Formats: sequence, C-alpha cells, structure tokens
Amino acid sequence: MNWFTKTFSSTIGRKIIMSITGLFLCSFLVVHLVGNLTLFYQDGGEAFNIYSHFMANNPVIRTMEIVLVLGFLFHIYDAIVLTRRNKAARPVGYNNSRPEENSTWSSRNMGLLGTIILVFLLVHLWNFFVPARFGELEGVPDKDYLNLYSEVVLAFKNPIYVALYVISMVALAYHLIHGFQSAFQSLGLNHKKYTPFIQKFGYAFSVIICLGFALIPLYFFFFV
Amino acid sequence: MDLTLKVWRQKNRESAGAMVTYPVKGISPDMSFLEMLDVLNEDLLRNGQDPIAFDHDCREGICGMCSLYINGRPHGPERGTTTCQLHMRHFNDGDTITIEPWRAAAFPVHKDLVVDRSALDRIQQAGGYVSVNTGGVPDANAIPIPKTIADKAFDAATCIQCGACVAACKNASAMLFLSAKVSQLAMLPQGKVEAKTRVENMLAQHDVEGFGACSNTGACAAECPVGISLENIAILNREYLSAKATSEHVA
Ligand code: HEM
Ligand code: FES
Repeated sequence: MNWFTKTFSSTIGRKIIMSITGLFLCSFLVVHLVGNLTLFYQDGGEAFNIYSHFMANNPVIRTMEIVLVLGFLFHIYDAIVLTRRNKAARPVGYNNSRPEENSTWSSRNMGLLGTIILVFLLVHLWNFFVPARFGELEGVPDKDYLNLYSEVVLAFKNPIYVALYVISMVALAYHLIHGFQSAFQSLGLNHKKYTPFIQKFGYAFSVIICLGFALIPLYFFFFV
Repeated sequence: MDLTLKVWRQKNRESAGAMVTYPVKGISPDMSFLEMLDVLNEDLLRNGQDPIAFDHDCREGICGMCSLYINGRPHGPERGTTTCQLHMRHFNDGDTITIEPWRAAAFPVHKDLVVDRSALDRIQQAGGYVSVNTGGVPDANAIPIPKTIADKAFDAATCIQCGACVAACKNASAMLFLSAKVSQLAMLPQGKVEAKTRVENMLAQHDVEGFGACSNTGACAAECPVGISLENIAILNREYLSAKATSEHVA
C-alpha cells in the first residue's frame, strides 16, 4: 500500500471518506426533494414529468449521477468495513451495559439505520429509476417525455410501499440527526463559534428533509 | 449497608471467566468502592479463597490505575470520577452491583478485573513525546504561548490514561486518549516540531493494536474522569489529515 491508500484505510481516513460522502449525499437529498415537490402541482403530473425528463437527459445531471453512485458505493463500503472493525474491537461484551447514560441511540446504531436506508434505496430504484431509465414507461400523448407521474401514483397506492417509504424516512432522519454534525467533527471542523449552529442546523435539516420526503407518499395515498 | 456483588472472575489470560455472586455485609457509606472490595477480599482470604484481582495505586484519583465497569458504566454511575474516588454513599442498601473488567480486544483480561492496558503505552511510545537531544534548559518565559492555548494544552494533558474512554466506546476506540496526547503536544511550540510524524505514527499504532474507529457517539467524553473534551478528537482529525497531506513520508 502507498501513503494514499494507507491514509484512507486507517480508522480516521475511513471516517473522512464517510463524512465527505455523507455530506455529499445530503446535498443530493436537497436536490432530489426540491425536484419531487413538483408532484404537488395540480397539473396532472406535467411539471413532474418535465422535471424527470430533464433529470434523465441533461448531461450535467448524468455525470453527477455517476458521482452519486460512487458516493453511495464508497459510503456503504466504508460503513461495512468500519462496522466490522468496530465489532471486532470488542469480541467479548459486557454482561451489564448502560450506554443510554452516555450516548444517543442513533449514534450507536448508524449501521442499522444505514441498512434500512439501503434496503429502501434498492426497492426505490427498482420502482422508479429502473423503469424511468430503462424505458418501460408509456409516453405522454403529443409530448416528447414519458409518464413517470402515473408510475408514482400507482406505487403510492400500495400501502406496503407507503409504509416502507415512511419508515425509511424516519430511519434516514435519525441517521442524519447524528450523521450531519458527526461529519463535521470527523473532518476536524469543530469550533466554539460554529459547532452549536452546525448541530442545530443538522437537526432541523434532518427533520425537514425527511418530513418533506415522507409527506409525498402519504399525500398520494390519502388524497390523490 | 449490605450489598450483592456480581463480579467477573477469570483465573488467567487463557482460561474462560464467569460472573460470580458475592454477598457483602456491613459496608460503610463513607468507604470508597475499592475499600468495599478490600472488605470482600479480606473475607475471601479468611475463608481460604482467592481474592479478587483489581488494579489500583494512588487511590486519590490521579494515577489512572483503577478501572472497573460498574453497573454498566466505566468507573460507575458518577460523572467525572475514578473508581477510587467513587464512594459507597452513591449506592443503596440491598443493591446488586455488577463489576466487570474493561472490554476490548486490545485490553486482554489478565486476571479477574485486571486488564493489560500496555497497548496505550505503545501508542504513547510511538510519538507522544518531545525530543530534547541536547542543550541547557531554555527560559520558560522565552517561548510565547497564548494563555488560551496553554490552558487547552493543559486540559488535554490531564489525561491519566485510565482507558475509560475505550471501555465506554461501543467500538472500543482509543481515540479520546490518542487525541488528548496528540493535541496536547500539537498545540505547543515545542511539540509542533514533530507534530506530523507524531500523529501519523500514533494513529498507525492505535490501529495496529486493534482499537475501533470513532463514531462520534461522545460516550468517551461523557465517561472521562478528568473531562477530556471531544474538541481534542476534532484536533486529532485535523492534525492527521494535514500531516498525511503534507508530510514527506511516502511509505
Ligand atoms: C441518502 C443516504 C445517506 C446519507 C445522506 C448518509 C449520511 C451520513 C452521514 C452524514 C454520516 C456521518 C459521517 C461521519 O460520522 O463522519 C453517515 C454515517 C454513517 N452511514 Fe450514512 N448516509 C446515507 C446512507 C447510508 C447507507 C445506505 C449506509 C449503509 C449501508 C450508511 C451507513 C452509515 C454508517 C454505518 C455510518 C457511521 C459510521 C461510523 O461513524 O462509524 N449510510 N451517513
Ligand atoms: S487508583 Fe489512582 S486514580 Fe484511582
């Protein structure tokens, strides 16, 4: 191994990767949510279909898509390596342990929360991304874009899918309530002036973003 | 007060251990936790049994030798205290108290409640020092150090290397210990000279010893008897990243 690979396979190096990819994924969440809000337009899905057409064809978006996939892969890979290493660091556990006295539940269960997110992610891609990209969608009459909107309406009539969606957003919220501020600490960005703000902002960010995502399936299930 | 103790007993490194229950009677609330164990050990000795091995030295909260995972917490239920400074008045008559050794792959159990913490010494030896090769003693006031920096370095230097951070951490990570040692020296002019090699070598040793990574749960700082803060871990991460980016060690 050279110095570069050594750096990023050390315990701190892997956390640097986790934090950079994690924050990058947070920026993706913002873009994704803003786009999804077009679903609330009362226009029979026109705005949403134009938006998804744009996302599927714009070269900048297509390039960022590759970066996004890499971001997920590195985040997940290091999550697995770190979680295994961390388990191996304590082969014999305690008979009586009270971690709730010194740390939050979400900070201790990032792997579990991440796994829920991963399961959701795969189902989610299968439902929307695969048909949108690999073309099993019908077109919209007289328009040059496809009808992903009808796919959304259909999917969100399935109570199991809606439940999975909402539960996953709760998991994502807890992942980020710990993860957002944790990423700054991993990068060494801790300062008396800014850390309290980062912590409050991270909390609000996690709740608002995940609430925003969760409202969409609930809205379609109950009101459309 | 009368208590029931559940204590980890293990003959030596090789043998398997188990929790063993002991009743203790007539404990004074003014006793320290270690004195309470002394009482139990006297009883065991009188009955011809093997006394419980546990680490201790100064018994006044400064050496870091005492350990013990008491009722699910390192150094017991009180914040900011070592086990020798934990008094029995914090428990109630009739309580059942579990007592276990620090648990980490890097801290093998030596006997009963005694674990081998020399992994921390090896991390320290990998760079936790300032080399002074020759010359007279420089005048203390000739090196300007801002008061805030001196205070922070001093706070980091209060680490007594007890290992409670490792015991508390779900990942058995020694990051809080390591960060105190690294940042204490990295902040001071005398320590800056070797800052890059220090952090590179000390983290490498930390990882070789088999400690886990930091998940920023904050359990370590919450359980630290001397209040080493999480800010030190941020400093450690900064030091490591900048050292790796700019040092000339390519191996
Ligand atoms: C949109 C999806 C996701 C976002 C925005 C996200 C964000 C983050 C952030 C910001 C952190 C904090 C990094 C740090 O502590 O330095 C983090 C940590 C973590 N993530 Fe994710 N994550 C996502 C998906 C996942 C997935 C799919 C997995 C696992 C399969 C996962 C597993 C983990 C684990 C285990 C940690 C904690 C690592 C540790 O501190 O030991 N995450 N995530
Ligand atoms: S015995 Fe020295 S700190 Fe407890």
